[in-house]
Amino acid sequence: MATTVARGVETTGVVASAPRARRRKSPYPLWFYLPAGVLFVVLFAIPTFASFYFSLTRWTLFKTEFIGLDNFVQFFSEPMLVSAFGHAFIYGFLTSAAKVVLGLLLGLLLTSSIVGRGYLRAVIFFPVLVSTIGVGVTFKIMMKPDTGLINTTLSWFGVSGPGWLTDPSLALYSVAAVDIWKGVGIATLIYIAGLVAIPQEYFEAARVDGASGWRNFWNITVPLVQPATNTVILLSLIGGLRSFDLIWAMTNGGPGFTSDVIASVIYKQYQAGFYGLSTAGNVVLFVVVTAIVVPISYLLTRREVNR
Amino acid sequence: MFPSRARRALRAGAVLAVAALTASACSVGSIGSGSDSSGSGTTTITYLTGNDQTNVAFQTALIDGFMKANPDIKINLETQPGGTEGDNLTKTKLSTGEMDDVFNYNDGSLFQALNPDNTLTPLGDQPWVSQLTDQFKATVSTSKGLYGAPLGSSQAGAVLYNKKVYSQLGLSVPKDWATLMSNSEKIKAAGKTAIIQTYGTDWTAQLFVLGDYGNVAAQQPDFATLYTENKVHYSDQPALQGFLNQQNAHQAGLFNKNYASATYDDGIKMLATGMGAQYPMLTGAVSALQANYPDDVNDIGVFPLPAQKASDTKLTVWQPNALYIPKTTTGAKLDAAKKFVAWVNGTEGCAVQSEKSPPSGPYVISSCKLPSDAPTLVKDLQPYFDSKDFVSALEFSSPIKGPSLPNITVQVGSGISTAAQGAKLYDEDVKKQAQQLGLPGWS
Repeated sequence: MATTVARGVETTGVVASAPRARRRKSPYPLWFYLPAGVLFVVLFAIPTFASFYFSLTRWTLFKTEFIGLDNFVQFFSEPMLVSAFGHAFIYGFLTSAAKVVLGLLLGLLLTSSIVGRGYLRAVIFFPVLVSTIGVGVTFKIMMKPDTGLINTTLSWFGVSGPGWLTDPSLALYSVAAVDIWKGVGIATLIYIAGLVAIPQEYFEAARVDGASGWRNFWNITVPLVQPATNTVILLSLIGGLRSFDLIWAMTNGGPGFTSDVIASVIYKQYQAGFYGLSTAGNVVLFVVVTAIVVPISYLLTRREVNR
Repeated sequence: MFPSRARRALRAGAVLAVAALTASACSVGSIGSGSDSSGSGTTTITYLTGNDQTNVAFQTALIDGFMKANPDIKINLETQPGGTEGDNLTKTKLSTGEMDDVFNYNDGSLFQALNPDNTLTPLGDQPWVSQLTDQFKATVSTSKGLYGAPLGSSQAGAVLYNKKVYSQLGLSVPKDWATLMSNSEKIKAAGKTAIIQTYGTDWTAQLFVLGDYGNVAAQQPDFATLYTENKVHYSDQPALQGFLNQQNAHQAGLFNKNYASATYDDGIKMLATGMGAQYPMLTGAVSALQANYPDDVNDIGVFPLPAQKASDTKLTVWQPNALYIPKTTTGAKLDAAKKFVAWVNGTEGCAVQSEKSPPSGPYVISSCKLPSDAPTLVKDLQPYFDSKDFVSALEFSSPIKGPSLPNITVQVGSGISTAAQGAKLYDEDVKKQAQQLGLPGWS
């Protein structure tokens, strides 16, 4: 039974890659593709190419004036852009690193035989289900300097908490912490799936050889959950680099510009009515995220195959 | 047999769906055109305004008053959010021809960004135009015509202060910056907040800079023109002073402790209860004061943000928002819209205006008079208007206003950046706006 299923999977794999070598006759008539095709062209293809065009214009909604690459020049000379890139990288790498570490540890905990495992798994996953804006607004209130829940609680222990979102040197990290809290559930879920897929035989063999728990972890678990780690890194890095909603809900990029990321800079340009400029910004963001994620994805999956 | 029946069913379904679509399109169209030609002779127009609660109540009262006087015209109120979101909606509606028959919007630089010559109906031939002040006319006009009628009163960007605190400490209204600072030190020594700042609502941070414009114009009367032509900048004196004042006040520790997170409402509360003595703010705050602290509203007075030298101190005045009619309003609707705009600025309209929305300064049309029971702070403003010691804010005499000023002033007021850095950043910010407007001298 198991082997037939495996073989079935293999053959479909071959079929999927076959058209590249030799075009097969499609099982569907052409009109069958029409609705999806129209949707794709109208909602995705046209706007994408239109945005490339508008990024080359000064656009007031009333008229457009073709100005070549001036928007890109202006976008890159934006005084806040360098710091916004810096913030986006700090945010993206910090949150994805934390999600890898915490996700793996929580995954280990929740695959062990602890009491109330199903309940605990649900609790860890719960923040993922809540709307990001809702989470942002809630934490914004909890993080208020004098009246917020966090600092009120700290004051019971005689600690006077900082202004989590109003201290310029802290704001970005406070938002990142909330992002980690909200996103670690997905990472844990992916790790749980990866961990339960590791065959128990390895651990039994290691036990015979007298390996310690630490060695089991480093030499069996970590290498064998590599695919899960890759998925977590990729997902959270993409999410982190283009992150906007949580930052906007909690700080609006402030105080001043201290938690501005690329996406919030672009949004503010749009709000100010610089439509061409903000479209250029989105094109840049698209290119930058692609340029970072594609090589990482390539590297990580190659390591996976080589193993 | 079965497949072909299924296909027929499918085809029938598709026809039905198309028919439904066409039918619904028809009915949408006919609602719009039906009201024009309905036999009873009633014309229905729509009126678009901001969606905050106090405003909606005020506008509803205005419409009700008008419809009572003109039973053959029906006005439907439409609302949209204010701020930058509202700016985008307004531009989108105008550029797609979907704008309501009359709409209420800012004048000055935001009005210029609407491309008025191509999108709005000129109102220069209307009878009420002759009663407007020249300053207001300038803020709703382009070189080709006048497009807006005022709604509401003017307001000042100045220092609101608690008169009780001032009299307890024996202070008098400062005429120059040094006196304001020494007053503030005394207030601080008495254990109260000298200057209220509320960066939790970021636009409130701009007042040190925007409210200082009267003093800038006193020192350099052609500043607005030169500024529009890219010849003077905020990184130089006299305009830099507004940023410097904010930086100095921060460094002197005169702000409330929670300035970084406090909101506009917190600021109003501090001022009304006397926890804080001075709040650089727009006098439009009078409606919040009157609504939430009716017993304290007459303890609040106002004075202009002082210049370095007393002789340069001038009040900075914001013009009221305006009513506009888009080019897409035509025929009977256009007549009805013009009638509404004229009524609002006539005797009856003015009565509703001052009854339902407390004035925050003098009116800009001579047909509207301040009521005798106007709040104290409005009365405090009158002498500056009588002696012409006031200047319209920069956004009314130049089309350029940088969109990032709130963030920049929050940075300066929190000590994240210096006044000079902030002013330089603002000059950069303004450049984008000028280029977007296609002004000469900025490319």
